[in-house]
Amino acid sequence: MADISINFAGIKSPNPYWLASAPPTNTGYQVQRAFEAGWGGAVWKTLGEPVLNVTSRFGASHFNGQRVAGFNNIELISDRPLDVNLKEIYETKKLFPDRVIIASLMVEPKREKWHEIVKRVQDVGVDGFELNLGCPHGMSERGMGSAIGQHPDLVEMTTMYAKEAAEVPVITKLTPNITDITATAKAAARGGADAISLINTINSLIGVDLDTWNTLPNVNGKGAHGGYCGPAVKPIALNMVGECARNPEVNIPISGIGGISTWQDTVEFMLMGAGGVQICTAAMHHGFRIIDDLTEGLENYLDEKGIDSLSDIIGKSVDKYTDWSNLDLNHKVVARINNDVCINCNKCHIACEDTSHQCIDMLTDENGNDILRVREDDCVGCNLCSIVCPVDGAIDMIDLIPTEAPMSWNDRQAAIQMLERR
Amino acid sequence: MRDLLKNLISGEALAANFEESKPSFNSEQALDEANRCLYCYDAPCITACPTGIDIPGFIKKIVSGNLKGSATTIMDSNPVGASCARVCPTEELCEGACVLNYSTKPIPIGDLQRFATDWAIKNEEVLFKAGKKNGKTVAIVGSGPAGLSTARELARLGYEVTIFEAKSEAGGLDTFGIVPFRLPKDISLWEVEQVENLGVEIRTNTEIGEDIFADDLVEQYDAVVLAIGMSKVPMLGIEGEELEGIYDAIDLVERTKNGDYAEEFIGKRVVIIGAGNTAVDGATTSVRLGADNVKILYRRTEAEMTAYDFEYEFAKQDGVEFRWLTNPKRLISDENGHVKQMECVKMELHEVGGDGRPRPVEKEGSEFLMDVDIVVKAIGQTRHMKMIEDFGLKHNGGVVKVDPETFITSNPKVYAAGDMIFGKGLGEAMVVTAAQQGKDTALAIHERFKESVTDYA
Repeated sequence: MADISINFAGIKSPNPYWLASAPPTNTGYQVQRAFEAGWGGAVWKTLGEPVLNVTSRFGASHFNGQRVAGFNNIELISDRPLDVNLKEIYETKKLFPDRVIIASLMVEPKREKWHEIVKRVQDVGVDGFELNLGCPHGMSERGMGSAIGQHPDLVEMTTMYAKEAAEVPVITKLTPNITDITATAKAAARGGADAISLINTINSLIGVDLDTWNTLPNVNGKGAHGGYCGPAVKPIALNMVGECARNPEVNIPISGIGGISTWQDTVEFMLMGAGGVQICTAAMHHGFRIIDDLTEGLENYLDEKGIDSLSDIIGKSVDKYTDWSNLDLNHKVVARINNDVCINCNKCHIACEDTSHQCIDMLTDENGNDILRVREDDCVGCNLCSIVCPVDGAIDMIDLIPTEAPMSWNDRQAAIQMLERR
Repeated sequence: MRDLLKNLISGEALAANFEESKPSFNSEQALDEANRCLYCYDAPCITACPTGIDIPGFIKKIVSGNLKGSATTIMDSNPVGASCARVCPTEELCEGACVLNYSTKPIPIGDLQRFATDWAIKNEEVLFKAGKKNGKTVAIVGSGPAGLSTARELARLGYEVTIFEAKSEAGGLDTFGIVPFRLPKDISLWEVEQVENLGVEIRTNTEIGEDIFADDLVEQYDAVVLAIGMSKVPMLGIEGEELEGIYDAIDLVERTKNGDYAEEFIGKRVVIIGAGNTAVDGATTSVRLGADNVKILYRRTEAEMTAYDFEYEFAKQDGVEFRWLTNPKRLISDENGHVKQMECVKMELHEVGGDGRPRPVEKEGSEFLMDVDIVVKAIGQTRHMKMIEDFGLKHNGGVVKVDPETFITSNPKVYAAGDMIFGKGLGEAMVVTAAQQGKDTALAIHERFKESVTDYA
């Protein structure tokens, strides 16, 4: 059986799965239930000056009968007294010494405030800190959360404040509500962060009620933007993780967060450079029991691939992720339809005909059967047909044998410049 | 089912047995199934539907919550779409053509169609508007699927339409001829109401040749459409047919549609003669009327029976027994003139006959007696010969001849559609086919008149 334990920035965890700082890690009771279920760690719901919360707080987008494609919340950081949280952290760590407890922190960007909270929390015994510089709603209006996380200089400074007092690893959590995630990732590294975690939630309005015209979630006829997460945000998070992982100026461990729901998602994040992952929405949708398949599926995957340790896959796809201008312009892919598998829904035809390159013909074969055929000369290999196809194996995307040597846009421009110089 | 029925003795209690047998989808079921629809392009289900309903379109509208639009899409193509949602042999039509037959399982299109149309019924939606009057008048005889469908389309095109209906209520087969536990009468009457909402006048209790004459119709209207369907079950032509306890399946179904539940079936042995959909109706009705034992007698075999597979299955689920290759020869009376026994004979199938089916022949010396309390005849239906002759139409043994494109009969002012033009030996005609013929007939009429109407919708 493959070893799925991790050593993340010096923090050892029996598996890569931590609950993200969020409603599931609000209390000792919840975190203990999670640990009993098998979670490797938990990032405690953010500690700071206790806040007041509103009702209602959550919203979700459902898609074609699938509930919770995306999830949105306007809940703030912990609304419980700090000493209650600290007592429960202490008790939980005592009960589960082999599991990871990270304290998420958020205070004003003042040195003494950060020193004070770091020291106070450190005294009860935590495995690390996560600096919540990403919460996009409520707290940001008071100069905290993403109000800090959107300014690289404040990210660097705050990280430095925490590091000055911390004796355990410090993870700076980044907000995606920014144009270039590497700007703040680099700032965190400059500030001395032992690791970064990303992404926090994305600014969002989940919807508007068609009858009352209230925005959702609704608080007595009013609403405010929330933070978006869940499966819908995964591609955004995966890109940001990849961008940080391939940037040499970041160069610190990454805790991957954002729409991770399955062991497959986990593998993808780790291949893109994450040293571990955090999960929230999937647990909120189904409960802590999802950890069973998350761990077992991961072990089976590694066993099947003949990989002994999960750590061996970290970052293995990072080198494959590059700038568009490095992609091979001479690479040719075309679609081929397997008519013996095809069920003739004709979705590929209409998708291609209306919205792509008009290269899938609806034909009748010599036996009078309806068939679909790709005119490969006109196919640009866009993948659309195989994306809309409802049957596995009905459309293959085939790599054609190259007729010319690989050449990227950069190669091409360099070659042109060389010619001009002559 | 039968154990349950033994205890039910009053007509009121029997009524419960005639409520629609299949529950309708709830919203969650409908959404689950609707979401599975692939929304095929050039979908085979549309082609398989005789009325060409945009099935992926109406299903997509269920998903989006546009139920009015969904019901409109259905009813636009099929004026009796709510009835068809219940009575169509969907596994032979739309669902049989669903591409998901080749990967998982087909979409329950009939149930989704019922879900959408039920919504429209429940919300009393008016889905269509009459066209601007174009000054032309059309008389339609018969208000079944074909007649209603013709009327609906003509009214939308601006024609002034009058329907003549012999019965007390409109709707024809859908109102009176399909068992209520399959198709409640209210559904058909809603479809009638939809047509009336377009300004179509329906004169019920009006019989041609009695209350109004064929020649008058032909003279007074710009066009006449006959959609008179079929008549009674024919005589068996055997001794004892006049005895007490002999029923016509069509009459029996009609009585239950009117809420008249014959109490004399309770605890009795019932034999149905015939094996079409009407025979199944007669059998399942008998079971629900409390009969102790119900048998279907058929002179051919399971392979030749004309009932739809799902009807056959339904009868078996109801505990109906089947006696294949068996024919009645004589009905025997008790001392009160009531049937008590039936003399039957075993049959053999010989070479294929003129109608393309194997010919059943009596097996000599195989006669036997069967104890029976009630006999229900369901050996097909006769044609309305008198009316066909009143209009002076050419026909082939009661099947009125029409031009297949225009539905014009031998009288150029008279059109015909529905069961009355459905040839013999072709199995059972479908409601959905009649609906399409009604639409086609309306279009053919419009094709003829549209040049001469100055301002049509």
